[in-house]
Parts: sequence; structure tokens; C-alpha cells
Amino acid sequence: MGVLLPMLVLGPLGGAVLLALLPARIRPWLTVGLAAALGAAVVVLVGVVAVGGVVHYQVAGWAPPLGIELLVDPFSAAMLAMTAGVSLPVLIYATGTELVRGHEAFWPLVMMLWSGLNAVYVTADLFNAYVALELMGLSAVALVILGGSSAWRAGLRYLFIAVLGSLLYLLGVALIYGQTGTLDMVGAGEVLTSGTYAFTALVMITAGMALKTALFPMHTWLPAAHAAAPSAVSPLLSALVIKASLYLLIRIWFTVFGGAAPTGLPTALGVLGCAAVVWGNVVALRQDRLKAVVSYSTVAQVGYFFLLFAYLAPALDAPAGSTQEQVALAAWTGVLVLVFSHALAKAAMFMAAGVLAIAHRSDNLNDQVGAVNRMPGTVLAFAAAGVVLAGLPPTMGFMGKWQLLQASMVGGQWWWLAVLLGGGLLTLGYTARVVRATFDRPGHAGRDQPRVVPVRMPAMSLMLTVTAVVLGFLTLPVAQFLEPVLPAGALP
Amino acid sequence: MTHGDVFGLLAAGLVVLAVVRLLTAGDLVRRVIALNIASGGVLMVLVLVAAHSEPPDSVLHALALTGIVITVSVTGLALVLIRRIESPEHGEQPHDNEVPPDADHDDGPHDEHIQGAHGGGP
Repeated sequence: MGVLLPMLVLGPLGGAVLLALLPARIRPWLTVGLAAALGAAVVVLVGVVAVGGVVHYQVAGWAPPLGIELLVDPFSAAMLAMTAGVSLPVLIYATGTELVRGHEAFWPLVMMLWSGLNAVYVTADLFNAYVALELMGLSAVALVILGGSSAWRAGLRYLFIAVLGSLLYLLGVALIYGQTGTLDMVGAGEVLTSGTYAFTALVMITAGMALKTALFPMHTWLPAAHAAAPSAVSPLLSALVIKASLYLLIRIWFTVFGGAAPTGLPTALGVLGCAAVVWGNVVALRQDRLKAVVSYSTVAQVGYFFLLFAYLAPALDAPAGSTQEQVALAAWTGVLVLVFSHALAKAAMFMAAGVLAIAHRSDNLNDQVGAVNRMPGTVLAFAAAGVVLAGLPPTMGFMGKWQLLQASMVGGQWWWLAVLLGGGLLTLGYTARVVRATFDRPGHAGRDQPRVVPVRMPAMSLMLTVTAVVLGFLTLPVAQFLEPVLPAGALP
Repeated sequence: MTHGDVFGLLAAGLVVLAVVRLLTAGDLVRRVIALNIASGGVLMVLVLVAAHSEPPDSVLHALALTGIVITVSVTGLALVLIRRIESPEHGEQPHDNEVPPDADHDDGPHDEHIQGAHGGGP
């Protein structure tokens, strides 16, 4: 089954070339067909990984260190599944109207983005990860600027940030290679010894990836780019693109460095994460444009993901069966479940916001008056996505937060509790503010004659939200699937 | 001070100066140049690490070449964007987010983006 791995990268890349050559008229549904085929391949791969464990592939039969090794373990398989599970509904959504995709170059560019994302998840090689990051970053920037001339400046800023982040990563990789003589992640991890040299590399890579994942206070590019992008692009950027750099950061921290980090760095990431939760949520409450609210919500949610480093680092040298091991396990599954629930809910939220903005020819909150009567499904999708992000039971967001709460209680790190709970309240706050803006108001007629939007657009948004709610009941199998790759070095 | 130390300090200095300029400069073309210099500094580190072994490590030279190709495509994309942002007819007039660009006139540059990213493909 190993041959599936290069296909996941080359398939969409070839698809992108093909789509660019074909007339624009047949691109939409051809892309959806390609996406469905890719989705089927990912389902097969996840099944293979669930039954037989890690899948390896050596490109052209060359073994490392000379050859390029591809590797999929449960963690990367779950990320591949998340990418396919969000991309397919977004592509169907994008067939609705040209207004949400901006330009017909959307179709090949999305396929190229998908190729870059898959390449990040299947590579076992530090340098190929850099190439994959750049492929992903360039396609993402090109997709942002499809939003028209108002998006160009934000797109350029995004390009500078994305390239700067990758350069810092490349600097770290050069230092790792200098010490270990290999680019293979696992191989480098076996040889690497902690010290100033290695820690400089880790700090560089952490800074670069935190920049690309938009960790507070390096987040200012994200709301600009995600809000200016076309409405079918924003869900891909917020749900998927920032997760790829987060994935790579987790890999580097725990596969290459085995969790060894300079004292204070994990706590610093945790503190920045908390600041992101507070700042992102408070600023989201004060926005008066729909897509700006949703973008700042992403800044806040990114904060939760970075708590992982603060929770896991103290548990690394703990003996098996200890309290710290339980903390690590709960934090690991908790953060990953939050990553997946955020992907589903945030994509649904951006899609719902896009439908409202197109129907009312404006994404200003004040122009949404009366939407709850005209488009109840869309408003419901937005509200339910907000509930998932806030982490109310029985959604997937709740299951993730519950694990983190347990990690805090068991590990005695009670101070994270305030942020976990307070962040949820603020999330409900801005969701409620948007929903209230869609109610009828006395003296406000609302926009005349809203545009008619194809039913499949709100339907796709609603479907993703429902998935995020229903998966809350299935968190146990998801957690069991991910458990074997718990990255802590001392754990089985 | 050995040759290695001199080049190491030089590379670090280039990266620091260029990153500061990239984050602080207002002019867009200046920022592209700063990005190129930062990338030059990082690639210099790669070549420097390669020079540590005898004969020099050719894997790192190949990586530096790939890095150059990626920098060239990024620079191309950035320059096209800057030309568009600063062109008189497109100025800074406020636009509705949902308005698509003029579909027929914008074909060329989009194709360039696609090729630009291919240049850096695996």
C-alpha cells in the first residue's frame, strides 16, 4: 500500500496541471471528482494504518540517507483525513457561485495547496518538509489574492511572513544536519544530543512555525489574509493551512528532539497560547465584519493548540504508569481532538459567513438583519459551529477540552483551567453577537432582495458542523487510533 | 579566528539585518530585497555546514540550490504582486471583499503563480 503515499502528493499536483490546461467551464465538477478520488485513497490509507500500523515508502527504491522516505503513522493519517474531509465539502461549496472563489484559477490552485498539505504530512525528511511548506505557502498566497485588489496587500504580507517562517525553519534544519549528518527525522532524533547548538535549532524552528501558525503576538497577518481571501478560500486557510505548520512543529519537537527543550520554552509557548486565547477572543468580540470575527476566532483557537507543549514537556522523563503519563496522554488526545474539531467547525463557520456575505452583498454585521428568518439553516450552522468551538457538550470541542481539563486537574497545573473555561465563554459571546445581528430589528428593514444562494452551499456548512457534533460521541475510537503515536519519548 | 567563524558571523549578521529590515521597512520592494538577503544568509549557513566535512558535503549543496530556486519563484510572485498593488489604475481604492477581479484581464499573472510554485516542487 506504500505506493499510495507518493500518489497523495503527485495526484493533486498532476490534477492541478491538468485543471490549469482545461477550459474553465469543466473545472468545477472535475475538481470535485478528483477530490472524491483523493478522499477515497485517504480512507483506504487510514484503514491500512488502523489495521497494520505505520506505512513506509521509499521513492524510486532508494533508502535513506540518499533516498526520500515517505511515512504515514496514525498522527499523519489523521491529518490527511482531516484535509480530505474538509477540502471535499469546501470544493462542493465553491461550485455554488463564482463570487466565493474569485477567479477560475481557484481550482488548480486548491489542488496544488492540497498537494503541498499532503506532502507535509507524508514526508519523513526534514528538507522535503521545507519544500512542501513552500509549495503550500505559495499556493495559499495565490489563493488569497484571488480575493481581488483589496486582498493584494494582505496576500503580499502573508507571502513575506510565510517565507520568513520557512527560512527560519531551513536555518534550524541546517543546524540539525550539521550535528547529525542526516535529514531523516527519526534518524536525526537518534543521534541528536542536547546542547546550545541543538537548542538554537529548536528555537529557530519553533519561531518559524509559530509565525506560520499565527501564535500571538505573531498573528497580525492572519486576520488580514483570512478575511480578505475569497469565501471558499478562507475555510481552507483557517481549517487546514495553519495546521500543517503546527503538525511539523509537533514532529520536530517530539520526533527529532524527543521533547528535550531549553528550560522555560514549553512554558513560554503555553503562556503565549493563553494570551492568544484571551486576546483573540476579546478582539473577535469587537469586530463589525463577519469574516473578521471568524478570523480572530482562529487566532484564539491557535492558543489552545500550543498548550500541548506546556502539558507534555514535564511528562517526558516520567516512568510508565505515573501521573505525568496520564497527563501527557490526556493532553495529547485533547489537543489533537481540538485540532480536528476546529478544522470542521471553523470551515463550517467561514462557509456560513460567506453565504451570508454573498446573500446580503456585504459582510458587515449590521447588514445581516433578518437573515435568521430568510436563511435559518445558515445561521444555525454558524451558531452550532460557535458552540463546537466554545466546547459545549456533547460536541467534539467539548471532548477535547474535557481531556485538557483532566490533564490540568491530574497534573496540578490548575492555572490553565481559567483560560480553558474563560475562552469558551468569550467564544459563546461573539457567536451570540453574530446570531443577534441576524434577528429582525424594529425600524430596520434589512437588505432589499438578498441574492439567492444555491442550497448546497449552506448544506455543506451545516454538514461539517453536524459532523463536528456527532464526532463528539466517537472521540474514544479517534483517541485510541492516535494513542500509539504519543510522542513522549519515555512512554510506550 | 578561522575562515569558518568569519563566514558564520557574516551569515548570522546578514540574516539578522535582513529580518529586521523585512519587518520594519515600509517600501515593498525593499522588503523583497530584504527577504532575498535573509535567504542568502540562510543558504550561506548551509554552505558553511557543508564545508565542515572533507570533501564538502554535496547533499547540502543540492539543498542550497533548491533553496535558491524557491527564493527565485517567491521573488517573482512578490514582484508581480507589488507591480499590481502600485499600478496607477489599481491604486488603493476600497473594494468590496466579494467582488471578483476582472476575470478576463487577470489570466496572465495567475498562470505565472502556478509555474512559480512548480519551480520549487519536489
